[in-house]
Amino acid sequence: MITVQVEKKLDAFMIQAGFQAPAKGVTALFGPSGAGKTSIINMVAGLLRPDGGLIQVNGRPLFDSQNGIDLPPEQRRVGYVFQDGRLFPHLSVRANLAYGMRLVPKERRYVELERVVALLGIAHLLERRPATLSGGEKQRVAIGRALLTSPSLLLMDEPLASLDALRKAEVLPFIRRLADAFSLPILYVSHDWEEIEALAANWVVVEAGRVVTPMGSV
Amino acid sequence: MGWLRMTPAELAALKLSLWVSAWAVAASLPVGIFTAWVLARTRFPGKPLLDGLVHLPLVLPPVVIGYLLLVLMGRHGLIGALLDRYLGVVVAFNWKGAVLAAAVMAFPLMVRAVRLSLEAVDPGLEAAARTLGAGPVRVFITITLPLMTPGIITGAILAFARSLGEFGATITFVSNIPGQTQTLPLALYALTQVPEGEAGAARLCLLSIVIAMAALLVSEGLSRRFTRRLRGQR
Repeated sequence: MITVQVEKKLDAFMIQAGFQAPAKGVTALFGPSGAGKTSIINMVAGLLRPDGGLIQVNGRPLFDSQNGIDLPPEQRRVGYVFQDGRLFPHLSVRANLAYGMRLVPKERRYVELERVVALLGIAHLLERRPATLSGGEKQRVAIGRALLTSPSLLLMDEPLASLDALRKAEVLPFIRRLADAFSLPILYVSHDWEEIEALAANWVVVEAGRVVTPMGSV
Repeated sequence: MGWLRMTPAELAALKLSLWVSAWAVAASLPVGIFTAWVLARTRFPGKPLLDGLVHLPLVLPPVVIGYLLLVLMGRHGLIGALLDRYLGVVVAFNWKGAVLAAAVMAFPLMVRAVRLSLEAVDPGLEAAARTLGAGPVRVFITITLPLMTPGIITGAILAFARSLGEFGATITFVSNIPGQTQTLPLALYALTQVPEGEAGAARLCLLSIVIAMAALLVSEGLSRRFTRRLRGQR
């Protein structure tokens, strides 16, 4: 079970969001642009510090203002696929994929490079540089890179938003396969209802920093 | 072309110049990178003051810097006396002092170049590296620093060229001692002060131009190559 209960004052508005998500499958954070969805998952990842609240993944607190817990991002075991990919331009695809994996102790790894490469269909890209990849290829590598840290939760922030319809159709099946292949909870941010219908089992609606519908099922 | 042959004294000045400049760059690069990082990535109340201080050598007359170094770092200076007593290091009137003068004078150029390249590094990449399990130091070494390479190269080479040309602060701080502190510009200056020095002065003048031009070309070429590599064009 994922528990998110956060408060954060931003310039434009106040985020006061609380929801729970099951420990398996895709849970979507749905809402219009600028509703605070990205801020919420940035707080889950540890990239944005909440003013107060509680963030727990399967009973392990990542942030708990009452008990003074605030793990840095590198200790949260939370994978993050960014909207813009954020592949390291000076490293090959292979080195990008291995960047986080090498930092995880062997006994905690449950994802292997070969399996991810096969699942995402990126074997032919391994020696290339990110600059030479198409948008869809970049996002597949970014997904693989996050997955290879063997995370206990995967965050995806509109991973398809920068892609055209054709590329979307290229990446979407990979994300769906991912949720099945590794029984791993995914928080999936999107403002596109079609994507959510195609991917998510559960959803949370966010508007102006608040959760307006705690939980629904597609 | 016989007049192009350098005298031993001129050769010594050239060697000393290269030696002093190399040391000035090597010694100030880590400090320069750290300063650039502080200026680009941190916020604190006295920051404009630090920014100004870093840039002072660019706008002050070099002789002022030389005099300040003499007062602070000379054998009886505030810091110089401590260095002498506790570390046994004397920088007054020897090549180490010339290194210090060159490093201080070249520092703003280096920091500017490094800072520009640091500001061009997307903080989003650093954040991504954190979520992949890398702590701040590892992120800096494996992500930030490699992406800054073009700026670091440019900064180092600009500082090297600036150090080769350093005159005012050096002559004020460590004087003009042949073989000790007489770098290329100082030797050139000495030659202009004697009646039969014209040929020597012309040689050193030409040499200075060649070295400076080469440094600029190498800097430009290297930083282009690295930028291309980052864009994946190899």
